Amino acid sequence: MTRRLSRRRLLGGMAAGLSLRGCAPPPPRGANGEAMTLNFYSWDSYTGATTLADFTAATGIGVEMSLYGTNDELFARLRAGNPGFDVIVPSNEFVTRLRLSDMLLPLDHARIPNLANVAPAFRDPPFDRGRRFSMPYTWLVMGIGYRKSRVAGVPDSWKWVFDSDRYAGRIALISESDDLIRLAAKYLGASVRHVTPDMTARAIAMLIRQKPHIKLFHHDEGQDLLAAGDVDLVIEYNGDIAQVMAEDGDIGFVVPREGTLINSDCLCIPRGAPRPDNAHRFINYLLDARVGAGIARTIRYPTPNAAALALMPADYRDNPVIFPPAAVMAKSEYGDFEGLARARAVDAAITEILAA
Amino acid sequence: MTERPKAARGVFALLAGPPLVWLALFFVLPLVIILGYALGENRSLTDIAITGSFRNFGRALQPVYLGVLGKSLWFAALTTIACLVIGFPVAMAIAFAPARWRLALLLLVMLPFWVNLLIRTYALMAVLRPEGYINSLIKLVWPAAWLGDFVPLDLLHNNAAVIIGLVYVQLPFMVLPLYAALDRLDRSLIEASLDLGAGQLTSFARITVPLAMPGIIAGIIITFVPTLGAYLTPDLLGGTSSQMIANVIDRQFRSANDWPFGAALSFILMALALVAMALQGLVTRRGRA
Repeated sequence: MTRRLSRRRLLGGMAAGLSLRGCAPPPPRGANGEAMTLNFYSWDSYTGATTLADFTAATGIGVEMSLYGTNDELFARLRAGNPGFDVIVPSNEFVTRLRLSDMLLPLDHARIPNLANVAPAFRDPPFDRGRRFSMPYTWLVMGIGYRKSRVAGVPDSWKWVFDSDRYAGRIALISESDDLIRLAAKYLGASVRHVTPDMTARAIAMLIRQKPHIKLFHHDEGQDLLAAGDVDLVIEYNGDIAQVMAEDGDIGFVVPREGTLINSDCLCIPRGAPRPDNAHRFINYLLDARVGAGIARTIRYPTPNAAALALMPADYRDNPVIFPPAAVMAKSEYGDFEGLARARAVDAAITEILAA
Repeated sequence: MTERPKAARGVFALLAGPPLVWLALFFVLPLVIILGYALGENRSLTDIAITGSFRNFGRALQPVYLGVLGKSLWFAALTTIACLVIGFPVAMAIAFAPARWRLALLLLVMLPFWVNLLIRTYALMAVLRPEGYINSLIKLVWPAAWLGDFVPLDLLHNNAAVIIGLVYVQLPFMVLPLYAALDRLDRSLIEASLDLGAGQLTSFARITVPLAMPGIIAGIIITFVPTLGAYLTPDLLGGTSSQMIANVIDRQFRSANDWPFGAALSFILMALALVAMALQGLVTRRGRA
């Protein structure tokens, strides 16, 4: 999921990263006995313009930022032991993966009073009952981004990308095997959760049948393909398409009526974090209403923070790309990490589709 | 045979020691670890138990993976042939060019190395895409009055784009060894062949090519082996049927989280490269005998 990582920003981020590496004297210790610093490992361009500086001004704790582009990268980095990160932002399925691997610290809710700001719908998600290990930061949905002038009406069904030759040669699907099979299963009438081997086989057969009409399987750069005119329909995250929509009025986004896959990026403290109390303070700070609104104003992803949402202008709150209609959200579900055997099966599925 | 003096042996140990330690630490040891993984299985998301089972190799021999391997071999062969066909005239032109030009021409061949592969591939995408430079150029001169509106050519995201990308990347690796062989070639042999009545083609086929054979074989090997493991090019330029074996391996270490299977596939890929090198050894030896 490189969704927040445009190439331009990546280069800027690298330059910033290099300048942060400079040797500084060890920071002083705070009242909690921890050094007045914090290592924040997150996606690029995923906070408000002044969020980190404001936190430092408010608490005296300096924030060192490191970036990753995919959840797999984050997992690989922590797999051999936490190299010193205090706060990370994994997506929901990786919250499960990290927890199963005993790589997360339980959160102390007493130190995160701003949990009260979170909308009730996000306080007890299936992937982390009772929010014991993670706090919600954003949520996002997959849908179809399309070029209005080249598509008849609104392509509000997965049919147009999975099961039709109407837009032959102008379709790009995601290459993320797990999500691809789930969305195909959703179109075929199943849940995105616990897709059976039988349904997986049907999804594979359908995608192999559709393959001649598909231009390519992209690595989450669907918004670029759409903007460059390489294709006219892409499966992509709402936030990504919202970014190119701001620059190109001919681009639209719809969540198909069959429903979709919901993701949520969460704030977690990895086990072995050198400054867990600073980490709690930072997470609590990000969940503050005004801070959350500042973040949402910049990144334009849906916020699960009800108090922050109340502070947002109507062009954000009523934006159907950021907040898809309730009817379609009612049919949408979170995905689950369903074990290694399942990961192997979906990888074999994508290999088979690409080799067919 | 005279016995080597002790001092020489000391110098040898001093000189060979660091590289040997380097090789052991950063080549042999990782290789052993990968073999260990290949003979193991996942116990949890992060633990791999080395069980000594060949199950991963068994899975790698399933038709779907053999198919991907076959396609990779085919792409690598096509790329190598194209590089040879394009590279030979280029190498000859440089070798037979006036001496003062040669250095500049060689520099031009090597110039692409100064830019990172990823950036060059993105540049190639900008050239090939439907609204890219080639299509824009054709559109500019397209006689729409006679032929109707210009429909952009489908140049990107297909197997042809992958081959173009691979040839583009590998061509210098073919040209340089060919040039080295042709540069050493004794020109008087070609002159003698022409004097004795052989035509240009016969002289080329019976004098130039056989004498350049070591360069040709070296060029084929260093083009074929890296192409077989190409990952970035098919990933960025390919379409729905451009998956090569390195793409499958990459997924095992990332999204599939199946390091043992990825390690087994890597080992098979490495074995294929070794077979190619062994063949080279055989051919060169037979050539000398």
